[in-house]
Amino acid sequence: MKFIDEFRDADLAKAVINRVRRNSKRHIRLMEFCGGHTVTIMKHGIRQLLPETVEMLSGPGCPVCVTAHQDLDKAIALSREPEVIITSFGDMLRVPGSYSSLQRVRADGADIRIVYSTLDALQIARGNGDKSVVFIGIGFETTAPTIAASVMQAKEEGIENYYVLSLHKLCPPVIKALLDSGEVKLDGLICPGHVSAVIGSRPWDFAARDYGIACVVAGFEPLDVLQSVEMLVSQLEEGEPKVEIAYRRGVRPEGNLRAQELMSTVFEPSPAYWRGIGEVPESGLRLRKEYQAFDAELCFNFDPGPTLEPKGCICGDILRGVKTPLDCKLFRGACTPEHPVGPCMVSSEGSCASYYHYESL
Amino acid sequence: MRAFNEEKILLAHGSGGKLGHDLVEKGFVPAFDNPLLSKLDDSAVFEARGRLAFTTDSYIVTPIFFPGGDIGKLAVCGTVNDLAMSGAVPLYLSLSFIIEEGFLLSDLGKIVNSIKDAAEEAGVKIITGDTKVVNKGSVDKLFINTAGVGVVPHGVEISGSNAKPGDTLILSGPPGHHGIAVMSEREGLKFATQVKSDCAPLNRLVAEMLEVSGDIHCLRDPTRGGLATTLNEFAAQSGVGILIYEDWIPVRDEVQAACEMLGFDPLYVANEGRLVAAVAPDDAEKVLKQMRQNKYGTEAAIIGDVREEHPGKVVMRTRLGASRIVDMLVGELLPRIC
Repeated sequence: MKFIDEFRDADLAKAVINRVRRNSKRHIRLMEFCGGHTVTIMKHGIRQLLPETVEMLSGPGCPVCVTAHQDLDKAIALSREPEVIITSFGDMLRVPGSYSSLQRVRADGADIRIVYSTLDALQIARGNGDKSVVFIGIGFETTAPTIAASVMQAKEEGIENYYVLSLHKLCPPVIKALLDSGEVKLDGLICPGHVSAVIGSRPWDFAARDYGIACVVAGFEPLDVLQSVEMLVSQLEEGEPKVEIAYRRGVRPEGNLRAQELMSTVFEPSPAYWRGIGEVPESGLRLRKEYQAFDAELCFNFDPGPTLEPKGCICGDILRGVKTPLDCKLFRGACTPEHPVGPCMVSSEGSCASYYHYESL
Repeated sequence: MRAFNEEKILLAHGSGGKLGHDLVEKGFVPAFDNPLLSKLDDSAVFEARGRLAFTTDSYIVTPIFFPGGDIGKLAVCGTVNDLAMSGAVPLYLSLSFIIEEGFLLSDLGKIVNSIKDAAEEAGVKIITGDTKVVNKGSVDKLFINTAGVGVVPHGVEISGSNAKPGDTLILSGPPGHHGIAVMSEREGLKFATQVKSDCAPLNRLVAEMLEVSGDIHCLRDPTRGGLATTLNEFAAQSGVGILIYEDWIPVRDEVQAACEMLGFDPLYVANEGRLVAAVAPDDAEKVLKQMRQNKYGTEAAIIGDVREEHPGKVVMRTRLGASRIVDMLVGELLPRIC
């Protein structure tokens, strides 16, 4: 298949791996920020093919996984409001909140519908004028522009029963928070490809400039990831950390200006709570004043109740790259994809689910 | 179903009265015409000799019409295939319709026709049935429950627990077509694709395979849960390890493309007209050659083999030469966020 096979070519991949093996002298720690990259690495067995000098850590780049318990509880509480239809991307449904999950409240009778695009959610709002339709807005800079567009569309059309619960997260601020914490010693970062398609590569400049972290924006095929590892190894061996784009077919330094404009028209940065990391300033998005009529948080009076974190779950440590799923006592025992305790086991792009599904023997 | 004045199914169609009788006598009996059914007794009485295979299944697909088939064809093929995967020659089926009030009679007519066509192709007879009509909202349009009876020829011993180290694994065709075809039509997810469901009766293919080899150990049609789940079942039931090669699995571009878009893995997407066989290595080439002669096996391929190592686990050698576990499907297939 065009644009897929070329990037999964075994001979090309072996050549890159051989060059990495030859060039990598000193021990380095690289973090793949994005859950999509973690899946590629696990699914294609890339970790096994890299030399021992290259250590790979998984980062917090899975929007489902970093959604805080308290935010899930809000979505669940909203779903129990009368005459409310919740619309959500599919993988949010199974994530456990403090006491329940959207999937469970759906079984109890809540009207929760999986949509694949905010346009579908808008359509549901148009068709159910007597009900309130709330879209659970989760995701990074990748999904935020489409959600912004739906809010603008709703305003233009005069749709008054469409709301967004904005749980969006922004990537560069959380990387900064991780680096500031000093908890994880990193040498290089595989920067998220889709997020960077929107924001460009420039928002990563601070990591190279202020923290000496080598950065390469990567695509999601195995050769994309291998090439980014090769570029990171070269940067680090030469002692010149900088920001490079390996994913040139998707990412420009300035990003997608139209998407950025949509996002900044509707949203403004706000503090956000990340599971396992805590509150990070300016790392979330809330609806601007002009669009507050669409803000579910402001328009509904609901009580999510007290937050209860699951005992023994180390998703937080895993999201920060401090531990791996194999360090978790619950992994494969109390916590499995059928009965997930933490969110990293739910999302297909969560580290725990990736390790569970693809870990080599 | 032109013999009816109504356009839609009414509750009265399932009440045992005149309308119900008309539906059976004018709608179902002529379509599935055979002496056992036409008697319209409370049960069909037939002779059978030898070891019998008996199976049941229910069909609740949404949407009920999809590219390459509909719920009726699916019900016949699914039941026939379940019998065939035990090595049985399918003989008779039962069909029970649970219909939502208001269902279009013209749609029921189309479904009855495709049942008829599929049954004829498979060479099975529908010899007993039932119809119930429920209030609007009690079922989603139409559910079909079936049972099937077949005869297992002497000497045929096929089971998911019979895989032996050394066996060759053969897949009858490219995986994932049914699941992608159905999903492409699903509300809220419509996308344009050329992919048609692979829904097909596989009993003749199986009979031909059994003709050339007495050493076919396992047969299974990888329906929901896909190829990965079936291979895991073989590994668990037989207590063996399974090794498959990513390169060898004949995934078609259009299925791969849909999977890339939705975040699915073709190994987990449903099939309704494919089978996986574990065959003694000496017979593998012979069986493969025979399968390729059948229209439902033209793209059959060897995808891996059975091992003593890592019992209970399915391992895939990736294109890059690494290996990883191929797990069972967990939960629903849900498209990803980003």
